[in-house]
Amino acid sequence: MADIQQLQRITSQVRRDIIRQTNLASSGHPGGSLGCTDFFVALYFDVLRQDNAFHMKGTNEDMFFLSNGHISPVWYSVLARSGYFPVEELATFRQINSRLQGHPATHEGLPGVRVASGSLGQGLSIAIGVALAKKLNQDDHLVYCLCGDGELQEGQIWEAALFGNHYKVDNLILTVDWNGQQIDGANDDVITLGDLPAKWEAFGWHVLHMNGNDMEDVLRVLAEAKAATGQGKPIVILMKTEMGYGVDFMQGTHKWHGKAPNDEQMADALSQLEETLGDFPIS
Amino acid sequence: MLDKIVSTGKKATRDGFGAGLLEIGRRNPEVVALCADLVGSLKMQDFIDEFPERFFQVGISEANMMGIAAGLATAGKIPYTGTFANFSTGRVYDQLRQSIAYSDKNVKVCASHAGLTLGEDGATHQILEDIGMTKMLPGFTVINPCDYNQTKAATIAIADHDGPVYLRFGRPGWPIFTPDEQTFEIGKAITMAEGTDVTIFATGHMVWQSVEAAKILTKEGVSVELINIHTIKPLDETAVLASVAKTGCAVTAEEHQIAGGLGESIAQVTARHQPTPLELVGVHDSFGESGKPLDLLNKYGLGVDDVVAAAKKVMQRK
Repeated sequence: MADIQQLQRITSQVRRDIIRQTNLASSGHPGGSLGCTDFFVALYFDVLRQDNAFHMKGTNEDMFFLSNGHISPVWYSVLARSGYFPVEELATFRQINSRLQGHPATHEGLPGVRVASGSLGQGLSIAIGVALAKKLNQDDHLVYCLCGDGELQEGQIWEAALFGNHYKVDNLILTVDWNGQQIDGANDDVITLGDLPAKWEAFGWHVLHMNGNDMEDVLRVLAEAKAATGQGKPIVILMKTEMGYGVDFMQGTHKWHGKAPNDEQMADALSQLEETLGDFPIS
Repeated sequence: MLDKIVSTGKKATRDGFGAGLLEIGRRNPEVVALCADLVGSLKMQDFIDEFPERFFQVGISEANMMGIAAGLATAGKIPYTGTFANFSTGRVYDQLRQSIAYSDKNVKVCASHAGLTLGEDGATHQILEDIGMTKMLPGFTVINPCDYNQTKAATIAIADHDGPVYLRFGRPGWPIFTPDEQTFEIGKAITMAEGTDVTIFATGHMVWQSVEAAKILTKEGVSVELINIHTIKPLDETAVLASVAKTGCAVTAEEHQIAGGLGESIAQVTARHQPTPLELVGVHDSFGESGKPLDLLNKYGLGVDDVVAAAKKVMQRK
C-alpha cells in the first residue's frame, strides 16, 4: 500500500514545479495541470509497472499516454521527479532548443513521451493501438490514457469508444479529467457533455468515478480499475477535479487554463505549496 | 528500349497492393493491417484469411484508424492502413501530421482509388491533392507506383523502411508492363528509355500514358528519355539532374493537381540546380467529375496526346 503522506509531499512539489515552469516560460497551462497532479503522482509513483530506463516500445511495461497534451507541465514534472530526465531540465520548458516542448513531443527524444499530443482527440486511438499490440504480444501489462472533458467534443474520441467496445479492449484504462471547464468557459456553456456516465455506459465501457483531488480516492479507484481489467470491457474513470487545485486563486475557474502566473502571483501560489523535494534550479 | 515496353495484360494497382500485403504478411510477422470498411476495394481479403488475428476492421472511422496504427507502431508493429486516398489524407491530415509524422511512427498509409481514374464515383472521391499533402509532411516517404507488379513490389519493400510511408495506387484495370519479379528501391528512379531530345518524368498511371506518348514521339523522330519516378519523396535528384543535363528540357506527367505534385518537385530541383524548360501535365486547379477513366484523363489534359503535345512544346523552348 502506498504511503499517502509521501505521495502528498510529492504532489506539493509537483504543483510548485507547474507554477515555476509556467512562470519562467510566461506561458503554458497551469489550471488543468494543477487539477490532475494527484492523479499523475499516484500513477507514476505507485501504479505504473515500468522500467526506470525508457523504452519506446514499452514491452512488458505499463504505458501511459497523455491525450490532452497542453497539461504538459504536470507530466514533465512527474517524469523528471520519477527519474526519466534530470529535474534541472524543467527550467527549459517552452524555451528554444529544449526537449520540453509546449506540447509533448517525441521529436526531441524526451524520455517518457511516446507520441506527440496537443491537437486534441487523438490519444485514445493511440492507446487502443498499443493495447492491441500488447494483446498480440501476449503482454499482460496495461495501457493508461488521460484526456480532458472538453476534449470529448472531438469526434475521434467516440470513434475510438466504439472500437474499444467492439474489440473488447479490456487492458486499457482511460481517465477523463472532468473539471467541467475548457478555454472558453464551462463545458455546459460551450457544448454540454450531457450525461457523461450514461454516454460511456451506452458505448459499452465500464464506468468508474473518482475524486481526482483526493489521493486516497485516486489510489482506491485506480486499484478498482486495474481489478476490472481483463473482463471484456474497456474501462473509463470519470475523474472529478478542480482546475487549479491547490492554489486558492486559481482553483475552480477556467481563467487559468492557459495563462501563466506573473512573479507576484507565483509568490502567492508558492506560499501555499510546501517545497518538499527541492525546487529545480534556475540558471 | 521503348519497343520492349509492352503490356502483358491488365490488372489494377490495388490488386498489386493486395498481393504484396499477403506476401509481406508471410515474410514479416510484425506486419499488421487495418481497414476502414473497404476490404473488398483494397483487396485485403487474402491477408485477412491468412492472418485474421493481425487484421483490424476499424469501420468508417479513418481518424481512429490512423491513431490506432500509430499506437501499434509505437509498440513495434508495422501497420498498413487501407482506405481510399481521399480518406487516407485529407480526411485525416491532422492525424497524419501529429500522431504519425511528428511522432516518427512507422505507419504505412496505403491509399487506393487515387486520382481521376477512380472514375464514375466522381470528384468527391477523386483526390488530386494527396501527393502534395503527404510530401509536405516532414519524414514522410511518398510512393506512386505505375502498375500491378510495381505496386506489389513497393508494398513489400516499404516494410523494411523505418518511417511513415504514403503508398498511392488506383482503382482501374491498367496495363502491366514492368517485370513480374522486381526489387523495389525506394527513392531510386527507373530509366525506362534513354534519349537526348526531351525527358518525360512520369509517376503512377501516367507512366503508361507516357510510354505510349514516347512511342508516338519516337516514330516522329524525337529521341525521348522516359523516367519512372515511383518515389516522389525522397526525389531521385541525381537522376533528374543527370537526365535534364542531357536533354535540356522535360515534361512531367501525373494524375494530380499541378500544385503540389511531382512536377512541382522537379521544378524545384531544376530551378535550384539547373534551370530547365518544363511542361507540367496534370490537373490544372480543378476538380474531376464522373466518367470512364480514359475519358476523364483525356478531358482533363492527361491523355497520351497531351503528353505528346507537352513534349513538342517544351522542345521549342530550349
